[in-house]
Amino acid sequence: MKSNNTIKPTEEQLLYADILGKGMYLGLAMLFATFALYAFGIMAPAIPLSEIQNYWHLPVGEYLATINANHLHLDHAPTGWGWMNLIGKGDFLNFTGVAVLSGVTIICYLAIIPGLFRRGDKAYGIISIAEALILTLAASGLLAVGH
Amino acid sequence: MREKSQYLRKVPLKIFSFSGVLLLLLSLPALASEAAHSVAPAVSTAAASTGGQTWWVMPTILFFVTFVMGIIAVLGGVGGGVLYVPIISGFFPFHLDFVRGTGLLVALCGALAAGPGLLKANLASLRLAIPVALIASSMAIVGAMVGLALPTHIVQILLGVTILGIVVIMFTAKKSEVPNVQKADPLSSALRITGVFHEHTTGKDIDWKVHRTIPGLLTFIVIGFMAGMFGLGAGWANVPVLNLMMGAPLKVSVATSKFLLSITDTSAAWIYINKGCVIPLMVIPSLVGIMLGSLIGVRILKVAKPTFIRWMVIAILSFAGLKALHKGLTSAGII
Repeated sequence: MKSNNTIKPTEEQLLYADILGKGMYLGLAMLFATFALYAFGIMAPAIPLSEIQNYWHLPVGEYLATINANHLHLDHAPTGWGWMNLIGKGDFLNFTGVAVLSGVTIICYLAIIPGLFRRGDKAYGIISIAEALILTLAASGLLAVGH
Repeated sequence: MREKSQYLRKVPLKIFSFSGVLLLLLSLPALASEAAHSVAPAVSTAAASTGGQTWWVMPTILFFVTFVMGIIAVLGGVGGGVLYVPIISGFFPFHLDFVRGTGLLVALCGALAAGPGLLKANLASLRLAIPVALIASSMAIVGAMVGLALPTHIVQILLGVTILGIVVIMFTAKKSEVPNVQKADPLSSALRITGVFHEHTTGKDIDWKVHRTIPGLLTFIVIGFMAGMFGLGAGWANVPVLNLMMGAPLKVSVATSKFLLSITDTSAAWIYINKGCVIPLMVIPSLVGIMLGSLIGVRILKVAKPTFIRWMVIAILSFAGLKALHKGLTSAGII
């Protein structure tokens, strides 16, 4: 059987790489910009910088309960996408960059799906849909766990 | 001129040796004392005693340690996550929940930074990665959920055992530049998992295909689970499976593994993010430290001796694994 392979990457691979690269730069830029706003005190944090070291040794459940009781005073500690409600605070603003970096892969998958089906590559099209759904489920915050 | 050239060759090695020694020295006091009295809490205490005005001390230390870690990770051919989690959880005051969340983000950023270039160069294969990623990322979610549900000391003990297991793998695993795959198996043929890459050292284009696809995919159930549970990344396991078990060429295996982490770690990272395991004062210094260290590491790599580096990584990982085990057993009241 003669190989149909070429040295060049496939169209889907190039598209995926292109979006991944742009998302990575955008996410990192947001991460550094928001951290500068936070660390230099340009945007006031929800938890004062000088106090965060009192909490980072706690398990995450206890950490959230403590910062909520001492600083946030919300009905529920900010899990899942609850940080969006605190985006005006310097520390929680940093989550936007983290979300972009963690979310860009979902965009990459969604972008290559039409091309895969157009070329009759149904198996990879279906696997890509499944992957996008799994990543979206993970990102949704519906999978709540804890000790 | 010759002396100058020799000097220039020695300087990066001196920096690297100094970095490794620094990392070990930072760790030694912590191993010698009880887990609860490691080096970092001492800094925390000092910070607290000065009225909390020194909040920047710990992030700064974290930056320098991760900078050294970034150098060593590149030179040792391991991901940042596998060094980050055992070392930071063993010797710093941060809770393991935050260390694992940050470890995943460290590994994720490394994969995101390398992924586009590797895909465009056709070294990382999207066709090989997509089926593997589906299994690994699903199991990484399960691993992350289990890891967050288990008591911390259990995870710490398992982490120590896993790190020591990784040391054994590093000792024993062989590599094959271009494995001899006589015939692609039916599944990989059906999925058309093949490719070509250009080998610059020989100037040849190398056609590759894979075999043992089903056992390989099944192995990624375990790899994905462990990546999510410990926040380690999983390059240490991806490469041997892709290369030795499935028969992908070494360069394709390394590149696809690196790219694969961008998918596996994404799924697990979301579980940790949604749980609240992100502290910006930990995440950003760690990411910047690792990234800058990696840049320096790439420069030193050109002149460093691979055998020496490999032994140093094995020594550091052994040390960190023992520390994690010691910390877990101490927390459990076993020792």
